[in-house]
Amino acid sequence: MSALVFIETSEGKARKSSLEAIAYGNALGGGVTAVVLGVCDKPELESLGKYGAKKIIHVSDARLNAGVIQAYASVLAQVMQQENCETLIMANSSLATPVAARVSIKTGASLLSNVTQLPEGNVFKRSIYSGKAFANVELKNQKRIITLKKNAAESKETGGTAEIVTFNANLSDSDFAARIISSEKATGEVLLPEASIVVSGGRGMKGPEHWGMLEELAKTLHAATGCSKPVSDMGWRPHHEHVGQTGVKVAPQLYIAIGISGAIQHLAGVNSSKCIVVINKDADCPFFKAADYGIIGDAFDVVPKLTAALKASK
Amino acid sequence: MKILVCISHVPDTTSKINFVDNNTKFDTTGVQFIIGPYDDYALARAIELKESHQASVTVINVGAAETEPTIRKALAIGADDAIRINSDPSDSYFVAYQIAEQAKSGTYDLILMGRESIDFNGGVVHSLVGEMMGWPSLSPVMKLELDGTKAKLEREIEGGKEQIEVSLPFVAGCQEPIAEWKIPNMRGIMSARTKPLKVVEPATVEKSTVLKKYDLPAAKSAVKMVSADNVSELVTLLKTEAKVL
Repeated sequence: MSALVFIETSEGKARKSSLEAIAYGNALGGGVTAVVLGVCDKPELESLGKYGAKKIIHVSDARLNAGVIQAYASVLAQVMQQENCETLIMANSSLATPVAARVSIKTGASLLSNVTQLPEGNVFKRSIYSGKAFANVELKNQKRIITLKKNAAESKETGGTAEIVTFNANLSDSDFAARIISSEKATGEVLLPEASIVVSGGRGMKGPEHWGMLEELAKTLHAATGCSKPVSDMGWRPHHEHVGQTGVKVAPQLYIAIGISGAIQHLAGVNSSKCIVVINKDADCPFFKAADYGIIGDAFDVVPKLTAALKASK
Repeated sequence: MKILVCISHVPDTTSKINFVDNNTKFDTTGVQFIIGPYDDYALARAIELKESHQASVTVINVGAAETEPTIRKALAIGADDAIRINSDPSDSYFVAYQIAEQAKSGTYDLILMGRESIDFNGGVVHSLVGEMMGWPSLSPVMKLELDGTKAKLEREIEGGKEQIEVSLPFVAGCQEPIAEWKIPNMRGIMSARTKPLKVVEPATVEKSTVLKKYDLPAAKSAVKMVSADNVSELVTLLKTEAKVL
């Protein structure tokens, strides 16, 4: 029986983490039906076939262009029921995780968030204690909803094609009781939770006016920029860039920390990274202990050299 | 106006994580427990609303007797009374069910909690409670202003934030900078001792998940240092050894 995968879009494109969710669904066996909410271009819908969805359900209701938690939950519960789906998969996000929770109550499904890899039978591994441990959890109900941490599966272009069907959801006013008045969103940038590479700066950068060199390095690497908690607290950078225990938790292939001492609260946000590079002028900074590679040096000297070396190596 | 604040009792963020009993139980040896940092933000905002809107604040915790010092701390910070559901909080559905059962009998206008607990990192209890109550649920909320029965919220989204209007009652999962953490003063600590703390046995409900065992991540290999005068070596290592470029 095919798994249903919720596709979250950003600037009209399916997020990379949603493509990972398709790959995860396929690895469970039984194929994937992808569901897209809100207005979406046909080529973008078709492209989901290339990533392994065999059927696309499009709920093309303009009221769903914004991510309204309750309305999304109602629609997904209806789609799950109509398709007779027992498994719903989505990538963790500020929208998807709350939506998954509400759908689980509507459908009577077991719910598990923060899943990090494929299950063994019906036992799923999830990240706990901010990446410091894992729990192996069995889901008891026949229906199950899981949300994935980044890199739980690798997205693959399989080159397939998908059938696209439209679905008319039954929505009531109460689904829109919480009204989104406005939203501000960085455009054209790599989203921090989605990024394969993250360049992060700390207090060692000495002030917001020095972020240009980090942005230059990030641009060279097609990376997102992040920061430590003090940097966001002091208003040098916006809160959505704060990486750590109480900020965004990232899991990129490569995390480059510049001028960040590596307080345990910061490490809690980065410890799922595949490779960590630390650049710090203090040889005793605790972050080196958690790093794969380290450079002891002044950021103002090392960062431009690193950017130049990366450009030269291309 | 009545506010219910849900708090988790979690290991301090600097705790070393270990397991005992064949990796089926968290090792509490030498671990200090605190109010979940996100729940602490929710509590701080509730106390501010108590002062500005003459609200009453009830804290609720699903946990065994050892969570009572954590609950007392919430009372010392300024909550008026507390409920402890005498049970093990190992399944988010179970925890949410207990909270919703209490909330249904309590005529609350607003339920606040953290966006997630820092032990199990589920990030779902606010939304589960919202759905069980039939109320809107919003998370992660960075600002919450009340105007009569209406509220204006700011919710963080990937790469930005959105402004939301919603009427009471609703559930919010909170995070910074919704309020500054509050430190209990001596008067608060003294009065907390005599504030009501009701212990309730859990409502009967099946858990929807079963914990099999815990694992720790594989130990990390030692850091490899590269000279600041030879940055191109780092680029080579990232390409050929780590294979991340």
